[in-house]
Amino acid sequence: MAVVCLVVLGLMVAAVAFGPLLWRHSIEDIDFTARLATPSAAHPLGTDDLGRDILARVLYGGRISLAVGMAAMLMAIFVGVLIGAVAGISRGWVDTALMWLTDLFLSLPQLPLLLIVIYLFRDTLKGAFGVEVGTFILIVAVIGGFRWMPVARLVRAQFFSLREKEFVEAARALGASVPRQVVRHILPNSLGPVIVAGTIDVAAAIIAESTLSFLGLGFPPDIPTWGRILYDAKDYLDIAPHWALFPGLAIFLAVLTINFIGDGLRDALDPRRVM
Amino acid sequence: MGSYILRRLLIALPSLLGISVVLFTVLALAPGDPFGELALNPNVPAEVREQLRKSFGLDDPGWQRYFRWLAAMLRGDWGFSFISRVNVDTLILQRVPVTLAVIGASQLLALAIALPVGILSAAKPYSWFDRIASTLAFIGFSLPTFFTGLLLILLFSIKLDWLPFVYRADISETGWRWWWEHLRQSLMPVFVLGLFQGASWTRYVRSAVLDVIRLDYVTTARSKGLAERVILLKHVVRNALIPVVTLVALQMPAVFGGAIVTEQIFRIPGIGSLLIDAILRNDTPVIMAVTFVFSCLVIVFNLIADLLYGWLDPRISYR
Repeated sequence: MAVVCLVVLGLMVAAVAFGPLLWRHSIEDIDFTARLATPSAAHPLGTDDLGRDILARVLYGGRISLAVGMAAMLMAIFVGVLIGAVAGISRGWVDTALMWLTDLFLSLPQLPLLLIVIYLFRDTLKGAFGVEVGTFILIVAVIGGFRWMPVARLVRAQFFSLREKEFVEAARALGASVPRQVVRHILPNSLGPVIVAGTIDVAAAIIAESTLSFLGLGFPPDIPTWGRILYDAKDYLDIAPHWALFPGLAIFLAVLTINFIGDGLRDALDPRRVM
Repeated sequence: MGSYILRRLLIALPSLLGISVVLFTVLALAPGDPFGELALNPNVPAEVREQLRKSFGLDDPGWQRYFRWLAAMLRGDWGFSFISRVNVDTLILQRVPVTLAVIGASQLLALAIALPVGILSAAKPYSWFDRIASTLAFIGFSLPTFFTGLLLILLFSIKLDWLPFVYRADISETGWRWWWEHLRQSLMPVFVLGLFQGASWTRYVRSAVLDVIRLDYVTTARSKGLAERVILLKHVVRNALIPVVTLVALQMPAVFGGAIVTEQIFRIPGIGSLLIDAILRNDTPVIMAVTFVFSCLVIVFNLIADLLYGWLDPRISYR
């Protein structure tokens, strides 16, 4: 099942990466004669209220949504592994302080703070880096910034159990410094659950980005991420349901395949199989 | 048990203070000025704006403003909304019941789905029931809430016209009709939230029950001749609920996030939509107060989960 999903996800990524090169309709082509057209040969997914081709917009939005998902996951994993490793290898007050910080972040209400931070800092970053890159950095930083906590906990738990194993003791006896022990010995062995958490994080990040765009607080309005297309489409549900259906299905398919892959990975890496 | 409750409360309070500091810092660091709109008004000269800023204390250093705000919040004075011209606490109190009702009902629905399905799936792993339930659970939590909401609106309001999709808090009918109308309009939001949560909880309940069902004392109970149902209910479920309760509490922040989205789709006048309106209109006191209320609710639910945890597993509360 997971392998099937891997193939499907691979197809989606390929479609999103190479699709716009093959499908020549621009995302900006306004064509008032073909407003809200249902799927046809010329426009396989139909058109929106300005006559723009939905397939082209979905493909373009896919690039952004998937890129945001991957980047946010990488950031969450990086921060989480860093904090979890530092907490796991040290004892005493450093560990307690980092865990208190993690618990604090876990209690923060995610979506309200996400909305506030994006709304407040969007213009500053737009001025500094340009519209698209600035918003991308902001959204990735904020989404990733809320997902590092479970990773940190996992890494810390793994470190606690691996710290006392014989091979680490052997490295210590051979004179390895603490950083070398961590990087060369403990860290590679603790990454199993982290990979699983990472795949789930991609799915969660895609949903988070779509939610932000759906609430109108994501990327600027002319960039057609999947959530944004749904935001535009939700007022036209009665006359043009196809407009909302396809980006929603795209989100659903991406998240579903990623979840299945994560589940398959978890089953593969977990030694306790149910018989 | 009493000292356990006390210890948990003592941990919860610093967390609340920590959250309020983070919140205040975010808002203090942000660019943008609540009097920005007045700056565009030619009738308001610059000195008047400066006076207004001083009188509201916007020019004082950050930590002074923080302590002033904290003292005011604790006194019950939650400020005055810039936009709506009413006290913030009136505004919030108007809206909290609706949100709590929708969230509460959806959580109950989620529990009602997840517990039986999860337990039955785990009792007979890899049977056809289990496979279908697991697949449906996967599909359930891969569908984002806004998409499910839109689909349900499409189906039930537009094509079938069975349920209204705009929530009205002021229904004119009384008595039986009032309850019936409320039920009709809350059915879809509650379903959307409840199905999403129920799908992910089913997986957790299933794996938690699977972990417990292989333990030795269950085998002992079975060999004693107890009926399977008795074993499930009295031994397995009570022990399997412990990690599930923790997970439910940890997911509370996400539930409130889901409620925000649902309130936007169905136009429910709850605190979620209040937050979004306040953000879009730069109404700082309301933003601070609503986010603070969200944080309090999260901490309260974490506290409840800890207490339930202590009750379900007596070993915890004696530490």
